[in-house]
Amino acid sequence: MNTSATFGVGTPSESDFRDTRDGDMSDIGLTKGHVTVGSVEIQAAKITARGVNIFYGDKQAIHDVNVDIGKNQVIAMIGPSGCGKSTFLRSLNRMNDTIDGCKIEGDIRIDGEDLYSPKLDVVELRARVGMVFQKPNPFPKSIYDNVAYGPKIHGLAETRADLDEMVEKSLRRAGLWDEVKDRLFQAGTGLSGGQQQRLCIARAIAVSPEVILMDEPCSALDPIATARIEELIEELSHNFTIAIVTHNMQQAARVSQRTAYFHLGRLIEVNPTEQVFTNPEHSLTESYITGRFG
Amino acid sequence: MHANNLLLLLLAFAAAAFYVGRGRANHIAKLAGGSRQLHSLPDYHGHYTALCCGLPAVLLLILWIIFSGHVISAMVLDSLPAGQFLGDPGGRELLANKIANIAQGVLPKANQPAILVAAAEELNRLTQISRWSVTALASCVSLVGLIWARSRITPELQSRPRVEASIKYALFFCACVAVFTTFGIIFSVLFESLQFFQSVPVVDFIFGLEWSPQTAIRDDQVGSSGSFGAVPLFVGTLLVSAVAMVVAVPIGLMSAIFLGEYAHKSVRAYAKPALEVLAGIPTVVYGFFAALTVAPFLRDLGQGYGFSVSSESALAAGLVMGVMIIPFISSLSDDVITAVPQSLRDGSLAMGATHSETVIRVVIPAALPGIVAGIMLAISRAIGETMIVVMASGLAANMTFNPLDSVTTVTVQIVTLLTGDQEFDSPKTLAAFALGLVLFLITLILNIIALKVVKRFREQYE
Repeated sequence: MNTSATFGVGTPSESDFRDTRDGDMSDIGLTKGHVTVGSVEIQAAKITARGVNIFYGDKQAIHDVNVDIGKNQVIAMIGPSGCGKSTFLRSLNRMNDTIDGCKIEGDIRIDGEDLYSPKLDVVELRARVGMVFQKPNPFPKSIYDNVAYGPKIHGLAETRADLDEMVEKSLRRAGLWDEVKDRLFQAGTGLSGGQQQRLCIARAIAVSPEVILMDEPCSALDPIATARIEELIEELSHNFTIAIVTHNMQQAARVSQRTAYFHLGRLIEVNPTEQVFTNPEHSLTESYITGRFG
Repeated sequence: MHANNLLLLLLAFAAAAFYVGRGRANHIAKLAGGSRQLHSLPDYHGHYTALCCGLPAVLLLILWIIFSGHVISAMVLDSLPAGQFLGDPGGRELLANKIANIAQGVLPKANQPAILVAAAEELNRLTQISRWSVTALASCVSLVGLIWARSRITPELQSRPRVEASIKYALFFCACVAVFTTFGIIFSVLFESLQFFQSVPVVDFIFGLEWSPQTAIRDDQVGSSGSFGAVPLFVGTLLVSAVAMVVAVPIGLMSAIFLGEYAHKSVRAYAKPALEVLAGIPTVVYGFFAALTVAPFLRDLGQGYGFSVSSESALAAGLVMGVMIIPFISSLSDDVITAVPQSLRDGSLAMGATHSETVIRVVIPAALPGIVAGIMLAISRAIGETMIVVMASGLAANMTFNPLDSVTTVTVQIVTLLTGDQEFDSPKTLAAFALGLVLFLITLILNIIALKVVKRFREQYE
């Protein structure tokens, strides 16, 4: 595709921004029946999403998204604010159920199992698909109790010693053990922002999920804390399938193997990360990653 | 001029001063080239002028109200020959009252000694003079204040911070009123109680097991020796309150959890106000509901099962009181539960916790301080509640822990001791103040304990 044909050369004018927001998409290369470019399908997919539409009341937030999420891979979801990437992410462990008036169509499967089948137990699903949120949200309990929360409610530990071991293991994997081992029984809310976010990651991995969803996990953190979390994502990707929503394109480039670019509720392009950042297939992707809008 | 009219006049002056000050400020602004040349907006200059005009004059008026009566009556009394006074210290006051009564025409002049009639006329004359002089003085002060403030208005005058500061002092004054009232109540109860403890030993009162507050007016009356052991009353109070809390805490808390966590928005919009209607029912209505409906029902029910239930029982009063208290607990708890951040619920749900696990393990602990505060408020309410227990729990000071018996409470006894014509030097009447004091101390201690408990166990989410 040719970017100059849609945006012209140089800085886009005011009207270009308005056009993209208003949804008059024909002149920016996006048609109503847009088909995602790139490699939607992948071998060894953990989660497959087909024809997903998500509505908030009458407003449609996600239009016909098809994508595979590979096992033990990191997929980054990028796109301008309000493009629906968080909404899509939350649909992968049915956290949208808690929002009034949210309706989902289409087919999402994890290991071939239908996520939205009436037979599926949401509680069990969420134990398999964990989530880390934008703002660190440790429970107002001790560090130990925060991490032990999941194992306790799912009955994963038989004895106190088991539980101790699980807590230590999770904290070690989250790279937090050395910093908190002497104050496990102090409040988790007393930690710094970056430590709190790693605590939330430790909490999420304590129940040994198969997939971890991360919704802008570093947006409230400073660069050093961000770097630590990114290292952690890299390490975790050997054992977990990770989907991360981020506004930070460098972060997407650093941590992910595949990148999905969302725009106005549509999935524009999915490709290996390297290709998305060096040689994007779609003109909108290129405009976004070169900073024309976002 | 009468003090009330004078006060209205001063307020009118102050209102006029506002317009004078604002007009002056507008005029100056026009000369200086627009109101942005002024340090403060014209309205602030108006308020400043009104304050300068009204405040000193009103203060003067207040001082006059406090002191003028004493000064005038002292002047009149001093003008009388020394022999007119009775010997004891109260005589002077009695005489002053008598003169005042003659002056106001309450006592007919015809039968009074000429010297007192003359004193009364002197009193009237002095009062007239004092009223006119304070009217003139206060008006002068307010006019001077107005003129002074008006003359000070310049573009540089910093009216805004001054008006702002005066608001602060006004608020401080209001806060002081509440605090001083509390201290006033405490001291009035305390002094009367001390008087009571002079005739009944503290130990007998606090640890005595028998309550029968009869004192003889004449020596030859029967039952002249009263006993003032307060324990049965406090046992009764605690029994009724405990029954009430057993009803109110679970129902209130659970309805709060339902409203805050499970109820759909549209249900909540109707259910919450409906629950709060309970708080608006006068306690006297609850009282006859307890006495005429609940108590007989419990008695009949008890008879059916072979229990003997008194027709005025602690259970009936406690049940109805519990219903009355439900909205306190549910409304306050609901507020704190909905104030728990959604991010904590999301965090728990995303871990695979069910809704009820999330509520029990995350939401309730985070909301605990507020919930405990609500319960403490409810307990204080229950202990201090009077009308329901007066009507439904009886007057017999039984020392019992059986809720089916009739008991009496501290508040009921205070009511019976203090209603009707009473003499305030007998231990029977003064006992009411001692009961009030102990009741106050108990609720105070309960509140302190609750605060400590909350501090210890709170899970802070900020």
